[in-house]
Amino acid sequence: MLRFAYYSVIFLLTVPLLFGTAIAALPAFGYFPSLGSNEFSLFPWRDLIEVPGITQSIMVSLLAAIVTPLVALVLVFLFLASASGSKLDVWIRRLVSPLLSFPHAAAAFGLAFLIAPSGLLSRLISPGLSGWERPPDLLIVNDSWGLSLLLGLIVKEVPFLLLMSLAALPQINPAQRIKIARSLGYAPVIAWLKVVAPCLYPLIRLPVLAVIVFASATVDVALILGPTLPPTLSVRILSWFNDPDLSYRFLAAAAALLQLLISLAAVCAWLLLEKLAMLLWRFWLDSGNRASAESFFYSIGRCAMPSVLLVIAGSLVALLLNAFAASWRFPSLLPTSWTLRHWTSTWNELLAPLANTLVISISATVTALILVVATLEFERRRRIKKTTALWLLYLPLLIPQVVFLFGVVVLAESVHWQANRSLVIFGHLLFVLPYVFLSFSEPYRQLDPRWSQVASALGASSFKSFWRIRIPLLLSPCLTAIAIGMAISISLFLPTQLLGAGRITTITTEAVALTSAGSRNLIAVWAVVQLSLPMLGFMTALFIPKLLWRDRAGMREIR
Amino acid sequence: MSQSRLELSDVKLSLNGKTLVEINCSVNAGEILTVMGPSGSGKSSLLAHIAGFLDPAFNASGVVLINGEDIGGLPAEQRKIGLLFQDPLLFPHLSIAGNLRFALPAQQSNKNHLISEGLKEIGLAGFEHRDPATLSGGQESRVALLRLLLSSPKAVLLDEPFSRLDSQLRREIRTQVFDKLRDAGLPTILVTHDQADADAAAGEVLYLA
Repeated sequence: MLRFAYYSVIFLLTVPLLFGTAIAALPAFGYFPSLGSNEFSLFPWRDLIEVPGITQSIMVSLLAAIVTPLVALVLVFLFLASASGSKLDVWIRRLVSPLLSFPHAAAAFGLAFLIAPSGLLSRLISPGLSGWERPPDLLIVNDSWGLSLLLGLIVKEVPFLLLMSLAALPQINPAQRIKIARSLGYAPVIAWLKVVAPCLYPLIRLPVLAVIVFASATVDVALILGPTLPPTLSVRILSWFNDPDLSYRFLAAAAALLQLLISLAAVCAWLLLEKLAMLLWRFWLDSGNRASAESFFYSIGRCAMPSVLLVIAGSLVALLLNAFAASWRFPSLLPTSWTLRHWTSTWNELLAPLANTLVISISATVTALILVVATLEFERRRRIKKTTALWLLYLPLLIPQVVFLFGVVVLAESVHWQANRSLVIFGHLLFVLPYVFLSFSEPYRQLDPRWSQVASALGASSFKSFWRIRIPLLLSPCLTAIAIGMAISISLFLPTQLLGAGRITTITTEAVALTSAGSRNLIAVWAVVQLSLPMLGFMTALFIPKLLWRDRAGMREIR
Repeated sequence: MSQSRLELSDVKLSLNGKTLVEINCSVNAGEILTVMGPSGSGKSSLLAHIAGFLDPAFNASGVVLINGEDIGGLPAEQRKIGLLFQDPLLFPHLSIAGNLRFALPAQQSNKNHLISEGLKEIGLAGFEHRDPATLSGGQESRVALLRLLLSSPKAVLLDEPFSRLDSQLRREIRTQVFDKLRDAGLPTILVTHDQADADAAAGEVLYLA
């Protein structure tokens, strides 16, 4: 059984992805038997080149792919360099998990409501500072260079890279390194950048690459914040894919392959950038510079994280205000009257997607958890040393979703697996699995082996020692892994949309679908529901162990 | 009282072709064999081998016998070998009684009675529902010993079990542990750095290089 789980994890992480990508490539060269096209041809590519504005779409995707990780990484590193050990640091560390659970779509809507011409920020400075009596005629959200898209991506990826860095830091013992560097005369921030950063970066390189791929190919954030004339390549792929005229499938496939090339190109560009940064850094290191620019780096680092927090908090406030506002004329900062009408009128429409969301996220997460625990237990019993290579876990995050999901849809159609909830759950499993594995594997492997040894020395079978000792001791990280898995599933847009053929609606798909048509108030209601679900999950994961172990002081130290 | 006997016959442990431990000995009921040696000499690996937890990276040969029966093929939970580590390792999510009940064989009758009698004997009467985290170091050690005895082992391995305690408490706990193990007629192997432990054990002493 354990062996079966172990190999199914490896299967799930590789086969659908690689096979899906390969299958997606076939229609791109004109081969699509179910549409009666049995010969290879380059016509989809000719069509693609002639699509108006395609260059612009590609440029925006590339820009997002490079700028997002660059800015996010600089902000995270400068923050860690300047705030390590301070009160700000402790405070941010507590906030980073809930921040991460903020779904992309909800965050993007919140940001849009914050920075739009009639948004919260503009109201804040109007009419006093700006003199605006009515919303200015500016294209801020959906701007053609994707700047608001960039902002939305950066705000979401900073907490992600921060969490990954915080998880990796203990391995390299930063405090000791800093002490040595400071005793050699280096100012603290410079010391961090010179002796900690270069060792931290390799440890978070895979997450950084995942950010590049995500930024280059995001669909939901780009639908909400990205340019519309023309939209990003990923958005166009989705619309071609969903076109009732099935011949658009060829174009969609060629574009999906192009998307893969763009993500690859962005990754290659990033690798070059790494080399360049390495060269500059070495030059800087050799210069022996100990203190200059210290205060510059320090002030950016100290401001960076609170600014990101402020943007996120502002987005949240903007969402809440919109969800309860009755009348809210432009220059006034707050609504003049409040109402529950948006909620009562939406309630009936919310129920079915809510039920779908819960069923899908719980099924995918529970399946993922069972597979992960069985794999880890197999590893432990066979004393396999971390065979599940890390890059394997990142594979679903390193291939653009839109590319391999396209292939998975074609594959499912060819075996007559109808687009239904089980197919969506399967798709979610592919994305939930890596996160559950990443969050649960370290606590599981680090649990003191003597607990199990004592249990078996007392005569407990492996079964008994697993259920009575290991699982209870690991309850807290286990619940956290469940909360993370559910948060990931709840926020997934594209897998639900593509694998459900638009017929399986979740909170996320419904919220994103409102982008073009819906009123702000309705969007806000859906976004608030979308973001409260993961929050509730994380709160439950914190609360259950506190309740269960309230009389067990020793359980507070076991991690 | 079961009278058992633990024998190590030509037991040899090696790692990457390098021999760490070669031992040939027999420990009678109520006797304590002390094994001493510097860190890395393979003391703990020897205990892990006897208990059934040896890392497969090691090569082990020879036979471990309890009452003449080879236990080499048995999984750890069927070997009936009790373990005491440096830390008492009381399961933090179970009460004291929960920890003790975990050790009792499933078909054992009268579990609650056995537990309360056991606690009375070690001077902790009425501690059933206490949180293990609220015990003092000495109390924890005594509960760990009681837990081990309730699992009715046939032999006992002690892996530096007193090194965590300060010197006064160490003497007291050491005496209690040794007395109990002798009374129970258990063959015991003690691994330690402390000559005073070896002296108190008053049995054969083996030095590993």
